[in-house]
Amino acid sequence: MSDHELRVSKIRDGTVIDHVEGGQALNVLAILGIDGSEGHGVSVGMNVPSDRLGRKDIVKVEERELSQSEVDVLSLIAPEATINIVRDFEVVEKNRVTRPDSVTGVLSCPNRNCITNADEPVDTRFDVVADGVRCDYCSTILRADIADHIDV
Amino acid sequence: MRQDHLITATQLSRDDIEAVLDRAREVADDPAAYADRHTGRVLALCFFEPSTRTRMSFDSAAKRLGIDTIDMGDVDSSSVSKGESLSDTVRVIEGYADALVLRHPSEGAATLAAEQVSVPVVNAGDGAGQHPSQTLLDLHTIRENHGLDDLTVGIMGDLKYGRTVHSLAAALTEFDANQHFISPESLRLPRSVRFDLHETGAQIREHEELEPVLDELDVLYVTRIQKERFPDENEYHRVAGEYQIDAETLDAAPDDLTVMHPLPRVDEIAPDVDETDHATYFEQAHNGIPVRMALLDTLLENAEAAEGMEVGR
Repeated sequence: MSDHELRVSKIRDGTVIDHVEGGQALNVLAILGIDGSEGHGVSVGMNVPSDRLGRKDIVKVEERELSQSEVDVLSLIAPEATINIVRDFEVVEKNRVTRPDSVTGVLSCPNRNCITNADEPVDTRFDVVADGVRCDYCSTILRADIADHIDV
Repeated sequence: MRQDHLITATQLSRDDIEAVLDRAREVADDPAAYADRHTGRVLALCFFEPSTRTRMSFDSAAKRLGIDTIDMGDVDSSSVSKGESLSDTVRVIEGYADALVLRHPSEGAATLAAEQVSVPVVNAGDGAGQHPSQTLLDLHTIRENHGLDDLTVGIMGDLKYGRTVHSLAAALTEFDANQHFISPESLRLPRSVRFDLHETGAQIREHEELEPVLDELDVLYVTRIQKERFPDENEYHRVAGEYQIDAETLDAAPDDLTVMHPLPRVDEIAPDVDETDHATYFEQAHNGIPVRMALLDTLLENAEAAEGMEVGR
């Protein structure tokens, strides 16, 4: 995409999450716990043209760099995403997300009868399997609706 | 078996299973040789859900090994009714006993308990999850009647919530058994169990009727369909009625078919089946003693070996 097509301006410091599957940008923000109340500048582009994905979403968050655990969970709903860390208008780091082996403490188990939903002092833990994640405690498999169970 | 706990059947290899079953056979042949094996040890029975036979079976198995048992009692009269977490409860009881047997209404409870304590934990049923000690006695029963090779097993009834089914199906994959699952559509195996079976490349088929597969089976494992699984009582009666067997049903079965049931039964196996050579469910229940003796013996032996290694460090 050339500069004249850019719909949002470059950011000075922060993170650009690019190549997010079209329609997932708001879930990306949900995972990051960003709802605007923190005062960061946030720009969202949805369904913009992309050579790689056809249509993609882009999320730009100013003055915020992502932690590894945030990137890990992002990978589950946006496996093609690239994470660009920007400092003083320059991309200083560019990473593809990789699927982790497991995610701890970020998803709630959809099985209401799972022990992790019973006020026990433990973090949830999910193994990442072929096309979803799986609760380490009750074995329930979560596929398409991962974003609905983000608990951060 | 080199395991610290028994939480799910999926953790068990064929070698693990056969080691326990070999020991169960030895126990059954010469129980006196095991009588004082663990004198001075204490087993805690922690049942957060009603149980008669599993609790008594572990209690009896422990006492026959010289182990004393302490029982948490009913949940209503324990600290749980005051709102204590499972994590706290097992961490306290760990100090009173050398091993814990846990039954709990939530799936994953035994996994959590095993993370919290350093003594062996045996999962005696976690919600609709797993019941692996039942599976060991089921396999012992199958082995004594048919052996464990070239088996064709039909598992019928409530496959969705039946924890004995989930554990048995997983363990049978270690023996490359052909498995037929017979249930109403609404009580099919849960996705997580089917996932594990497919991962192992298991030979499984699902059916809504018993009749087309009955003549292929070596073992028919029947489970109870519970009324509370159906919103409508009429629907329950209609569905449950289709998964009941009687002596006449078994006319079409192979002569050496073994009929099993984890018990308690209600009306899914008619009393007239008890009189046939197929009925194996009481023998199966009695096998709980040697198998649980072998299991407790193995886990305590492993724990002692691990303690020895720590002391020697």
